[in-house]
Amino acid sequence: MSAIVCTDLCKFYQQGDAVIKGLDHVSLEIEEGSFICISGPSGSGKTTLLNAIGGLDSLDSGQIAINGERVDLLGKAELADLRLHSIGFVFQAYNLIPVLSARENVEFVMQVQGVRAAERKLQSMKILQEVGLEGMEDRRPAQLSGGQQQRVAVARAIVSQPKLVLADEPTANLDSQSMEKLMAHFRELNEAHKVTFLIATHDQRVMAWADRRIYMEDGRVTRDELQ
Amino acid sequence: MTTKRQRDSAFGLSLRLAWRNIWRQKRRTWLTALAMVFSNVLLVFMISLQLGSYDMMINTTLRMFSGQVQVQRVGYQDEQKMRQDIAGVGELASTIRSRFPAASVAARANAFVLLSSEDRSFGTQVVGVEPDFEAGVSTIPGLVADGRFLQDPGAAEIVIGGVMARNLKVAVGDELTFLGSGKDGSFAAGVLTVVGIFNSGSSDLDRSLAEVPLGYFQDAFAMGGSGHIIAISTAELGGIADLMESLRAIIAGGDELVALDWEALTPGLKQAIQADFTSAWFMYAVLIILVAFSVLNTQLMSVLERTREFGVIMALGIKPRRLALLVLLETFLMALIGLVIGVLLGAVVAGYFGFAGFAYPGMDELAAKFNMPSVIYPSVGPVSLMLGPTVVFIFCLFAAIYPAVKLYGLKPVEAMRAV
Repeated sequence: MSAIVCTDLCKFYQQGDAVIKGLDHVSLEIEEGSFICISGPSGSGKTTLLNAIGGLDSLDSGQIAINGERVDLLGKAELADLRLHSIGFVFQAYNLIPVLSARENVEFVMQVQGVRAAERKLQSMKILQEVGLEGMEDRRPAQLSGGQQQRVAVARAIVSQPKLVLADEPTANLDSQSMEKLMAHFRELNEAHKVTFLIATHDQRVMAWADRRIYMEDGRVTRDELQ
Repeated sequence: MTTKRQRDSAFGLSLRLAWRNIWRQKRRTWLTALAMVFSNVLLVFMISLQLGSYDMMINTTLRMFSGQVQVQRVGYQDEQKMRQDIAGVGELASTIRSRFPAASVAARANAFVLLSSEDRSFGTQVVGVEPDFEAGVSTIPGLVADGRFLQDPGAAEIVIGGVMARNLKVAVGDELTFLGSGKDGSFAAGVLTVVGIFNSGSSDLDRSLAEVPLGYFQDAFAMGGSGHIIAISTAELGGIADLMESLRAIIAGGDELVALDWEALTPGLKQAIQADFTSAWFMYAVLIILVAFSVLNTQLMSVLERTREFGVIMALGIKPRRLALLVLLETFLMALIGLVIGVLLGAVVAGYFGFAGFAYPGMDELAAKFNMPSVIYPSVGPVSLMLGPTVVFIFCLFAAIYPAVKLYGLKPVEAMRAV
């Protein structure tokens, strides 16, 4: 069964007199439980595609369905619900909430979901331990290194075990060892819980983990290959 | 569908975020809170002072002549006819006096006469008063500047205002004749000796009021034992409601008697107070609007600074209305700090002057001239403490609506691109 179906997605930006093609008639089918990497040069449309699938950005035309539900037809509130309960995001910049500690950042989504405090604490401590941040739970983002912040962001994205994780350059600020650990963790989640991963990356080492690789250029899918 | 637990949990998170967010820019938060504190202290003090001055104004005005409460025949207040009298007015006044030992009670009777000296005649009001009790309900006896007040209940004596004395060209010891109509329609006339001249500071009273002993009045105007008014004064205005209730029980058996409080007796005074209070609020409104703009500026800055963060929060699945709630909660907490500190400091300042009294420069001379207290005691109570700060609080919340509403139009992707 296809978890995500993208049909003829178009997104254009006006920049002065020039029209930038963010997405130029992109069509994709992504199976449930896939582990996909999207690669391409800067401005190729990777982030735009992830943002469109996650309902963060609107389309000029085309359709996106996640588990049969048309994302492009949803209103702001429904999109927020979809993101809250079904999608985990890892952004290029860590984007943590500065006034919350590492654990509170990880618990953020669960708290909005209404998960009980004891359960939240258990889950967040477990995931922070898994990403190697044991003992740093109470530190605020400003007290963590870039790599540590990225691991908190990853922990936040996957702690509530969403059906889909959209990660935009998740390893950009990680050393090789941390990158390997993170990808192994993604893979484990993917295999154990059938979580679909869609990762935009420049990093060839990350691409090596994927079982499907999509290449983009100028808003178009130029290559789509299975491992 | 959002469950109650989800809502509670998300609210707890919003509250924690709001509290921590307001301390991200400590200096800015304190400056905004201090603007609220300053305005709240000022409002508490000004409103307390205003209410205190109204109490003084009411007391001074009522104690001048009318008293705080009067017992009359129904309809007498609107149309003062001789026949609308209270039978046995002295006895009823005694009964009331014995029931309310802390209150001052005095019976009166009124008539309009032509008062003549050797040279001139003027139409005026003559009031029959109980010399022994009048000083308790009126300051006129204490304002006699020349001669003395009435002493003998049956003596043919009169006390008149200074303006009337000038108009009639009389002095203490001179004689005046009066011509009027008795209760039974008979001819009422007599010769009175001026024993005192008062200066109340009110030219109306000084021009038109003359007082004679009630006993003499009742004989001259064929009143028998009746009168028209029982004037009552208490130490505190606050006790009037209870007094009125008891008074109504006492007069319930009487012939169509009614107890009127100061608002009914002097509606002009109430209107003057209301007008003054309203005009003062124009000044307060300027202060409150300035504070509200300060809050608007702070919150708008705060929202603009955090646009990127709000984009992330929205990307995580938070609805715009929850973000708007967050901004309102931040303002609520900041305004609450301003309210609590402002009310406490305001209470201390107003409380101090409530104890020590507050005087304007030059107030002593003015007060002495008109037999008024020389200091105002701010009236510190729930209304004076909470009215101004509550309005500031509400306006601050209103000021946060615009920044909060701005968040509704935020798009996660654009917000996350913000610097």
